[in-house]
Amino acid sequence: MPGNPIQTLIGRITHQVTPAEIRAIRLSFGLGFKQGLFAQYITYITQLFHGNLGVSITLGAPVSSILRETVPWTVGLIGVSTVLSFAIGTIAGALLGWTRGSRMDSLIPTATFFQAIPYFFLGTIMLLVFGSNLHWFPVLGAYSQSVTPGLNWAFISNVIRYGELPVLSIILSSIAGWMLGMRNMMITMIGEDFVLMAVAKGLPRRRVIMHAARNAVLPSIANLSLAIGLVVSGALLVELVFNYPGVGNLLLQAVLNEDYPLIQGIFLVITLTVLAANLIADIAYLALDPRTRTEAAV
Amino acid sequence: MKALRLPRSPKVILGLIILGFFGILTVVGPWLAPYSPSATNFIPNLLPSAQHWLGTTSLGQDIFSQLLVGARATMVVAIVAGLIATCLSMTVGIAAGYLGGMSDEGLSLVSNVYLAIPGLPLLIVIDSYLPVGSRSNAFVIGLIISLTGWAWGARVLRAQTMSLRNRDFVEVARIIGERPYRIMFSEIAPNLLPVLASSLLFTILYSIGAYVTLAYIGLTSTSVWNWGTMLYWAQANNAPLSNEWYWFVPPGICIALVGTGLALVNFGIDEFINPRLRAAGLTSRQRRALGLPRRIRLGLTPVIRPPRNPRMTVSPARLVSK
Repeated sequence: MPGNPIQTLIGRITHQVTPAEIRAIRLSFGLGFKQGLFAQYITYITQLFHGNLGVSITLGAPVSSILRETVPWTVGLIGVSTVLSFAIGTIAGALLGWTRGSRMDSLIPTATFFQAIPYFFLGTIMLLVFGSNLHWFPVLGAYSQSVTPGLNWAFISNVIRYGELPVLSIILSSIAGWMLGMRNMMITMIGEDFVLMAVAKGLPRRRVIMHAARNAVLPSIANLSLAIGLVVSGALLVELVFNYPGVGNLLLQAVLNEDYPLIQGIFLVITLTVLAANLIADIAYLALDPRTRTEAAV
Repeated sequence: MKALRLPRSPKVILGLIILGFFGILTVVGPWLAPYSPSATNFIPNLLPSAQHWLGTTSLGQDIFSQLLVGARATMVVAIVAGLIATCLSMTVGIAAGYLGGMSDEGLSLVSNVYLAIPGLPLLIVIDSYLPVGSRSNAFVIGLIISLTGWAWGARVLRAQTMSLRNRDFVEVARIIGERPYRIMFSEIAPNLLPVLASSLLFTILYSIGAYVTLAYIGLTSTSVWNWGTMLYWAQANNAPLSNEWYWFVPPGICIALVGTGLALVNFGIDEFINPRLRAAGLTSRQRRALGLPRRIRLGLTPVIRPPRNPRMTVSPARLVSK
């Protein structure tokens, strides 16, 4: 990587910097020690298991404590909006598949249009129209300056209020994929014999739809575990647009300031979160598809 | 063989028209631009007028010229990235699906890793490694975008290849003694053409988004005019807050239109691959013209067959009886 974070840091110091000071700065970030590449890596891994991710060069605080403050915001925002978007999209897709060919079909191109808009643009427009001009939603940040953070209702309701617009914009921009996938699977599924059988048995229509939908949703769930990486990337932009105090904003700052320990820490957390989300999606798949359970048992 | 008969649904036609329009713009856009996009010799913050169709920026640049010139840079990077990524996913996907065994395990592992890593943060970091000079190079930017965008296509192609692997024509080619790479690329690949096309469209869509986002954050060269840098400058000069809609809305609309066009054409490919979707995508008038029932609720969605086939008209009774 071009540049050197220490140089960037020293560039910000206004007075004359002596070589001794530079050495002291390097040492305080654990950089002055002479070690081979492999030995450095071993040190890094060992420290990692002790919960030590190093010290952020620009913020001067331990990376782990910075992440502890920012990660919950991102996980909360992205988690809620992904679950909502998946749920609404899938239900809408199932109904669209059932009533295929009706006037409701025009929902699909509309939703696709919203998905085709670059996220940051959609977010900015929504912020402008509903936040700044119509004042329907509060803008910028995760909570108002007037409440003190803590586990009380005033704070939580404030966070929810501030989260509405970002969540809404993520749903709007990501719903089309779920909707389309579910609709197409539903159309294929309705042709299957078991659906015809369910109708022939005289089951109420709601039961039949549920019956088909439960089978049609499987590919969507399988996709969910893979799409989470994509969702996370898209949602990182939310934080830039809405000035949300999460990992996305932090990462951009870290990249611009060449703050390697922070970049490393953020990547570790993002990857672990994506893997955890994958695990949850896999468990959901297991719960919905009895066949995978039997295979695992045998 | 009338293989590539795209369904004449209004969605697909609309998509093709949009893509055609922007395709032409990519070629002729920079020649049509009335002024230089970087020239700052106009009165700043002009509203749209006959001289400046979309007004001017706060630096006194002509926005309409920026939009026209920017079309080429945006589309070229997206197409380069789309092509590279599709070649990558074709090679990896078909090889994994056809060869099976350890090669499959290895290749699938790699593509799953790429799928699990969130693309955008990775892209931001890779991009910051680039020397400043190559941040304006369409090929380099396209290459790094394609690195984060190929895995999805590889997965889809692998699944499709596995369903073709044991078909008779592949079997025959193997018995004749064709080499594996020949079987993969001249026997299997042509049969995956619709899937490849759909994967290409999606990767181009992804690449436009990724490129524009990088430019918007300010991580590509801000001196190359594309729709993302226009948004970057608009944001940097507070255009959204000062209600200069003519500055930041047009590039966003253009990006959204190209994306919608790609997605609409992709609907057509979906309907081509899965004939049931084709019947479901028709309007009620078209359905009546084909003699299909107006509302299909139960049983098979009818499969539309090519014209002059006597069984083209499917009676409702046939639908239920199957």
